[in-house]
Amino acid sequence: MLEIALKMLFRDRAKYAMLICGLAFCSLLMCQQCSVFCGIMMWTTATVRNIGAPVWVVDAKVEQANEVIPMRQIEVDRVRSVPGVAWAVPLYIGIEQARLSDGSFQNVQLTGLDTGTLTGRPMDMHAGRIGDLRLPNAVVVDQVAVEKFRRKGIRIELGTTFEINDKEARVVGLCHVNRSFLGQPYIYTTFDRAMEYAKPARKQLSYVLAAPVPGVTDEELAERINRLPGLRAITKDNLFWLTVWWYIKNTGIPISFGTVVLLGIIVGIAIAGQTFYLFVHDNLRYLAAFKAMGAGMPTLASMVLLQAFSVGFIGYGIGVGLASWFGNAVLAKETPPFFMPWQVPAFVAVVTLFICSFSALIGLVKVARLEPAIVFR
Amino acid sequence: MSNLAISVGNVVKSFPAGDTRTYALKGATLDAKFGELLMIVGPSGCGKTTLLSVICGTLKCEEGTLGVFDHDLRKMKDAQITKFRCENVGFIFQQFNLIPTLTAVENASVPLILNGVSTSESARRAAKVLTDVGLGDKLHSYPSQLSGGQLQRVAISRALVHEPRLIICDEPTASLDAATGQKTMDLLKSSALQPDRCVIVVTHDNRIYHFADRIAEMEDGRVTGITNDPKDYHHL
Repeated sequence: MLEIALKMLFRDRAKYAMLICGLAFCSLLMCQQCSVFCGIMMWTTATVRNIGAPVWVVDAKVEQANEVIPMRQIEVDRVRSVPGVAWAVPLYIGIEQARLSDGSFQNVQLTGLDTGTLTGRPMDMHAGRIGDLRLPNAVVVDQVAVEKFRRKGIRIELGTTFEINDKEARVVGLCHVNRSFLGQPYIYTTFDRAMEYAKPARKQLSYVLAAPVPGVTDEELAERINRLPGLRAITKDNLFWLTVWWYIKNTGIPISFGTVVLLGIIVGIAIAGQTFYLFVHDNLRYLAAFKAMGAGMPTLASMVLLQAFSVGFIGYGIGVGLASWFGNAVLAKETPPFFMPWQVPAFVAVVTLFICSFSALIGLVKVARLEPAIVFR
Repeated sequence: MSNLAISVGNVVKSFPAGDTRTYALKGATLDAKFGELLMIVGPSGCGKTTLLSVICGTLKCEEGTLGVFDHDLRKMKDAQITKFRCENVGFIFQQFNLIPTLTAVENASVPLILNGVSTSESARRAAKVLTDVGLGDKLHSYPSQLSGGQLQRVAISRALVHEPRLIICDEPTASLDAATGQKTMDLLKSSALQPDRCVIVVTHDNRIYHFADRIAEMEDGRVTGITNDPKDYHHL
């Protein structure tokens, strides 16, 4: 009878198409919006992922990775004094103004890496060598800088010069790194030169990056550093999630995306639920005929469930497929942000399952109440 | 084996109607024998279809006795009645109740599939029955592509395909013109009626009374008379 159920579904083309469209649209909407949301959350943690140090030491009041409260440079030595620290290096991150050759300005995220080790350097160099950062006035710029400068008519290549706070910067390398939340280009230089480019201030150390010696875990090291007054040590993973949760709790981003996802669910329930109800309702007389001919409730229930979950499965597949296609298309341009971890399709699958179960349930209630004797009316 | 296929005694059936109940059957009594075509006739609302529903177990009666092929349907549980119906009853409905999205052969094979026969074997047997009723060239036609007479022949095939012992027909000629109705009854009598089978037809159509072996007349929820010579029956 399951084969009969599928034939009844697939051959009722208008309702079948309506059901598939409703569920595919609902899946697409949820999957695409959740993936863009995840992409935005990934942007907020771009600095953490680009630098990649195991333990980050910040001012005790810092709540997330993009919040910089400058510290004294002596904090690097304090961290180094903690037992279990293999190495600890300074990192500067600040928003600075770059002036281009045509006189226009562009805000950039200046990243000053430890001069000796270049810890946190970009791993994906498209042109030039990262070691050249130690040359005078040398900077490495990312793909966003190249793109933003290109839009202003300036072609960035090795040897191109521009100014950061009135000091010359010369491009010695082009790299590809994760985009920042605010979309500002990353400009890499050494920590010492970053101090020259940055506006003078009493405290200029943004982060201390540290790593444990073998035998000490990141968490243990963070715990030991946390005993130092005025400092807060956070492992890379914890800082990632602290940042994500900070944006979830303190911005309207989740509400905005959550509303669209909720709309997707409502549209899915409304379209799929209503259409499936109509489908079952239209077939009620035939289901009653089956019941009269000797089909038990388990047989009829399995038919209705198979029909509901078949359209759910196909609609889900189309929706997630379209979202993936959209994601692939935008990933090349990196905007809007798109990141689809396995949890997103899993979540959409659960919601689709719920919609199908709901649709099947209202159909099954009808079938359960069905008097086989109605076939004689 | 007793020649009595069905024995209905003083059956009462009512339906809720607001705060009261409407009695559709008020002590109906009827017997049907193996190898006969029994027609139940009577005015609208007299309880013919309700009696038919009670006999085949799609409705439960409140009082009386109900024996079908030595089974006491009143003592059987719902699942048992469903299984009994699946194995022993074939249905022919006034509106045919053929699934519009299934072909003739698929429609006719449904009772076999419900009885656990494989899809391919069901289709093979259904095709044979359809060919026997003259629809060999319409096996893969959908109901919308068939005439009223052809639809009823598909319905007859569906009723016969699993070789049930009881065939229940509710107004089988009501949706057909006179000539097609006659042909349908001819077909029903020739193919459905067997010595070990009982056919019960509820009808208003006095043009087909002569096909019956006996006619039971109903009025106001009771069987008021049985005619053993239907050829002379023009009471209604």
